[in-house]
This record gives sequence, C-alpha cells and structure tokens, in this order.
Amino acid sequence: MSERTLEFRDALREAMSQEMRANKRVFLLGEEVAEYDGAYKVSRGMLEEFGPQRIIDTPISESGFAGMAIGAAMMGLRPIVEFMSWSFSLVAADPILNNAPKMLYMSGGQFGCPIVFRGNDGAGGQLGSTHSWCVEGMYSNVPGLKMAIPAFADDAKGLLTTAIRDDDPVFFLESERLLALKGHVPEGEHLVPFGQALVRRSGDDVTIVSFGRPVHFCLEAAEALEAEGISCEVIDGRTIRPLDLDTIVRSVKKTNACVVVDQSWSFGSPGSEIAAQIHQACFDDLDNHVMRVHSADVPTPYAWNLEQEYLPNARRIAEAVRSALYVA
Amino acid sequence: MSSLSDPAHATTGGRRPLADRTSATPDELLDWLRQMLLIREFEVRTMQAYQDKKIGGFCHIYIGQEAVAVGCTAAVQHADPIVTAYRDHGHALARGMDPKYCMAEMFGKIGGCAKGKGGSMHMFDKPNNLYGGHGIVGAQTPLGTGLAFATKYIDEVIEGGKSRHVALCFLGDGAVNQGAFYEAKNLAGLFHIPVIFIVENNGYSMGTAIHRGTTMSHRLISKGEAFGIDGYEIEGMDVIDVQREMKAVADKCRETSRPAMVDMKTYRFKGHSMSDPRKYRTREEEEVWEAGDPITRLRDALIEEGLIDDAAFKALNREVKLQVRSSIEWADASPEPDITELFTDVYVEKFGPYLGTSMPQIVTDQENDR
Repeated sequence: MSERTLEFRDALREAMSQEMRANKRVFLLGEEVAEYDGAYKVSRGMLEEFGPQRIIDTPISESGFAGMAIGAAMMGLRPIVEFMSWSFSLVAADPILNNAPKMLYMSGGQFGCPIVFRGNDGAGGQLGSTHSWCVEGMYSNVPGLKMAIPAFADDAKGLLTTAIRDDDPVFFLESERLLALKGHVPEGEHLVPFGQALVRRSGDDVTIVSFGRPVHFCLEAAEALEAEGISCEVIDGRTIRPLDLDTIVRSVKKTNACVVVDQSWSFGSPGSEIAAQIHQACFDDLDNHVMRVHSADVPTPYAWNLEQEYLPNARRIAEAVRSALYVA
Repeated sequence: MSSLSDPAHATTGGRRPLADRTSATPDELLDWLRQMLLIREFEVRTMQAYQDKKIGGFCHIYIGQEAVAVGCTAAVQHADPIVTAYRDHGHALARGMDPKYCMAEMFGKIGGCAKGKGGSMHMFDKPNNLYGGHGIVGAQTPLGTGLAFATKYIDEVIEGGKSRHVALCFLGDGAVNQGAFYEAKNLAGLFHIPVIFIVENNGYSMGTAIHRGTTMSHRLISKGEAFGIDGYEIEGMDVIDVQREMKAVADKCRETSRPAMVDMKTYRFKGHSMSDPRKYRTREEEEVWEAGDPITRLRDALIEEGLIDDAAFKALNREVKLQVRSSIEWADASPEPDITELFTDVYVEKFGPYLGTSMPQIVTDQENDR
C-alpha cells in the first residue's frame, strides 16, 4: 500500500477541516485565514468549504480577537485562533495568559476554555528579533495551558486533532521552516495523545531530547556523529505540557548521558526545566551533567550567518554531545 | 449635560406618575427594591467582615450603584450572558446568585461560588449565566464580545435560526482607556455582535477624576460612535429609568444584532476599595449624590403610589438583613477548601499532579433543586 504524503501545512489543514466537519462548534479565526487563504496557506480553501461564519478574517487586533475567542470558548464553542506568528501573540498576553489558562481555576470548575491558539513559532528566516519569538520559553511557565510542538507532518495532524478535541486551552507551536516539509500522514482520523514522546532515532551513547524544529537539527547532528562512532538516541518530546519525562528517563538510564536542545533562550526555559527534572530523576545514572543547547542569549539577529550561529544548530549540538561524552 | 457635582444631576426624575415611567408590575418593582436592599445590606456586612479580617485581598464595594446592576439585569432575559469587572458583588446578586455563595467566596471557603479560589473580584455563576468577575481593567470587554459572538454563532450556525440574545458587558469609566476595549468595540461593530458595553461611569477610576484621565469625558459615547456603535446616556441612580431605557437598548440590539455603548451615570458612595480615604473628592460632592440614593428614590416612589407603606418597607428590610445574616453564618460554617483543592480545576483532565475538575456547590445545589 502506498503511503500518502502531505506537506506539514496540509496536514494541519486536514486536522482542522476534519474536526470542523465533525463538530459545528469548531471554527477558525485569525488574520488572513479566509479570503487570503492564510498568510502561510495553512487554511487554503477552507473559506469555500465552511463559509465566512466559520472561517473568520479578523483585523490586526490580537488582543481583541484572542479575548473574543476565549469568551466564546467559555460558552462551549471550540475556537481555533491562528496567530500569523506567535511573535504577535505578545500583544494578546493578557487574554491568553490571564484568562484562558486560569478560567477553570478561578471559576472553581464552572467555566473551562476549550480553545486552540496556533501559529508560527521561532525564527523563520532572517525575520529579525521581533518576529522570531520562541514563546515556549515564556508561556510554558503558566499552569493551566497545554503546549504541543510538532516536528513532523503526521504529528502536525495528530497533535492538532487532539488539541481541538481537548477541553483545556492548547498552545500549538508550528514552525514556518517546517510548513513545506513532506511526510506520510494517515488519511482518516489520526490522534496523537499528549504527553507521549517519541524516540525518533535509537542509540546507545547519549540521549538527545528536543521538540519542534530543533528535532531536525538533532537528527542531523546524530547522523554526523555516527560517522565518528557516537550512537545518539534522539527523543522528540512532541508536547511540553504535559511533558513525557518517563520516555526521557528510560533512555537516559540506558545511555547515561544527555543533551537537551531547546530553541528558546536558556534562562528559565523548557530546556532548563527538563534538564533539572532529568538531574533529579537520573542523578545516579548520569556520567556527566546534562548539557543544554539553546538559541544564543541575544536578540535574534537578521544577518544570515549570525542567525545560523544563533540557532541551536547541528554543529553546536554535536559539540555538546562530544562534551557530554568527554570526547575531546 | 450636567457635571458630576451638579445637584440637578443627582436628583433627576421621580415625580412623574409611575405608570408613565415604567411598564413593570408592582411585584417587579418590589423585587427591584428588595434586590437593591439586599446588595446594600450585603455590602455593609462585607465591609464589616473585611474589617474583621474574614475577607482578604482586594475588595470593592458597590454601594451607590445598585440601580445599575438591578436595572440592567431586569432589562434582559436570564439566558443573556453577563460579564463584569471586579466591583462585582452587586451584579452577582442581581443576577440571582444566593448571597451565601458570594460571601463564602470572599471568606475563602469551599462553599464559595468558585470554591474560594477566586475571591471578591471573581464571582462566577454558571446557572445564572454570569461569566465573571474579572480583575484586570478592561479585560472583560473582549470576553463580553466573545460571549455575544457565541450566542449569535449558536443561534445562527448551530441552531440555524436568527440571533436572539444580547450580552451585557459592564466596565468602569476607568476601563474606557484600555486598548482591549477599543479592539473589542471594533470587532463588535465590524462583526455585528450584539454586546452592550455598559460603562458604569461613577466619575473616578480609583482616585483619578474622569476628566483627568479621559478625553471627551463629557461625551463618552463618542468612543463608541467611532466604531459605528450606537451610544446612549442613561441616568443610573433611578432603577426605573435604568430598566426602562436599558430594555429599549437591549430590545434594539437583540432585534438588529448590533452592539451598543451606554454611558451610565452613577456614583460609588464608598471608596474605590477598602483602603481608600477618598481625599480626591469633597464631602459636599458626596452629599449631593447621597441625596439621590437609588434605594430611597424607589422607596419614595412606591410609597407615593401606595404600593408599599413604611411598615412593609421595614419588613422588607428586615427580611433582607436576616438573609444576609444567614449567608454569613453559612459562609462561616462552610469548611476551608481541602488542601487537595490546590491541584483541582487546573486542567479538566487528570494527569501528573493535577486532580481534574468538578463543579462547585453553587452549581450542584442548583442542579439538585431542579
């Protein structure tokens, strides 16, 4: 049987369209999602199928439409809010951080917030600092939200389907750099549960943990390191909240070395949190402290060479692996 | 338009025959009086409980503004959602929340409407379609737009009919300068969303008199007109006027599926919060407004029409005092939340340290009553 191949962006659309066909409470809103077909063509053709009441072009007004969608979710609708870039969500920080993840708690269980916020996260390509935010660094700090960050097309569909059906607010982090990535994507209903990491590549010498776009940097590094005789196990976390620590711990107990790769800044980041949790769970198993590779601790630069060096790229990951294994 | 300290402004209305001023039945009029008395008594006891340290955190008292919450909620249907800011006890009681859940919430007890997790500023009542109680100034305005959006979406897309609800979104005059409010108005105007923004204009955002912080403060509704939103100025100290005029506004919004903005002139008789010595305004100004007390006005109007006599008023007052007293006893007796409640209601789902969610007593009690 031939496997059907889709681009990451088309996998995202398939998840949304299938859920919208199944449930009238699901609708999509955001800038340019309807008549423009999506700034990144994720929602191409959806206006034609679902009409303007369910595929809603908004003005450039993130705080307003994010808050409006949260109000709608409180009444039991299931909005999907597209941020053209998560960088633009900063002007909607109050509704998405102060309302969505806290509503259930502050109302003592009366009003949940079944909503998905999704869009491009992280450096695109020479977009400069204001458009290159990795919001997982800041937003994963907040209890009450879930955070999914797919690296492959099949997970894009499976995780987004799960996100839309989830009764809690889900922050869904995509990467502009992955939207054209092709992969096998199941045609029918496809659900990837939250909190289940996946071993993307098996290995014995070191565990590399990452999520989102940098998983690809990790796989690239693992390929290069194999030529040096270093066997890497690469784990794709897939969701940051909830975090599947068990899969990571199982691997580290086998390899006794670990590198965490996180595209956000290092200070107070998912990477630092995961490293701390690994130290706690695997203290007696580790032959070295957990190494971390992050984006450089500077605003994202524009120049091509600077941006490439800024990212947690394969070269920097390979250096961290060698260091973790005491390889000079 | 009169200025805030203009005596005429505070004592407008009241002398025309009731039949010319309202189509409400005597029972409805008496119920409004009872509701306003309840809010007044509740707030007096809330201040005492705060002084007694039974209530912590921030606490904002609604005394003086009772006619607004009572008149506005009486102007719409129970199924119409409402949302408000942090001075929210009056809206909760006017919407029908039993005062015991409201008091227990402030006492930080499990019987509180939010299990004691929200506090004074965050009153929620799902069976009565009250969507909070929100603490960040102006943040409730996009939410209110979303509530009205949802009613319209449910009426039209899911049920295939005509939009037939409105949402009431209350905000203070201090909130009109928040960016979120401008975005909410633009979306409401653009998408034909039947939300009514009711600016409870009590003249002060904390200690800042409105003209010191707000342009066009003499004509606030111009800030809705810019978004194609019809504006209305309503005297908010007389519940009969409030209900009548708000009913007309709400009926129009419901019929046309359009938003509205109301500049509701009112006055808070107490400080911004419990720690406010009110040095920014004069005692003379306060006395002018106190002379137009909304409870006195309705009482006098009802006595004049022979709908109530002094003895009946006293009996009503006594009934309300007993209700509030028993609410305090109930709140006192309600247990503190179990420590495990720290980890409930974070996520609907149970995972890791999180213990899932359940409805608070305010919801389960009302379901059992049905």
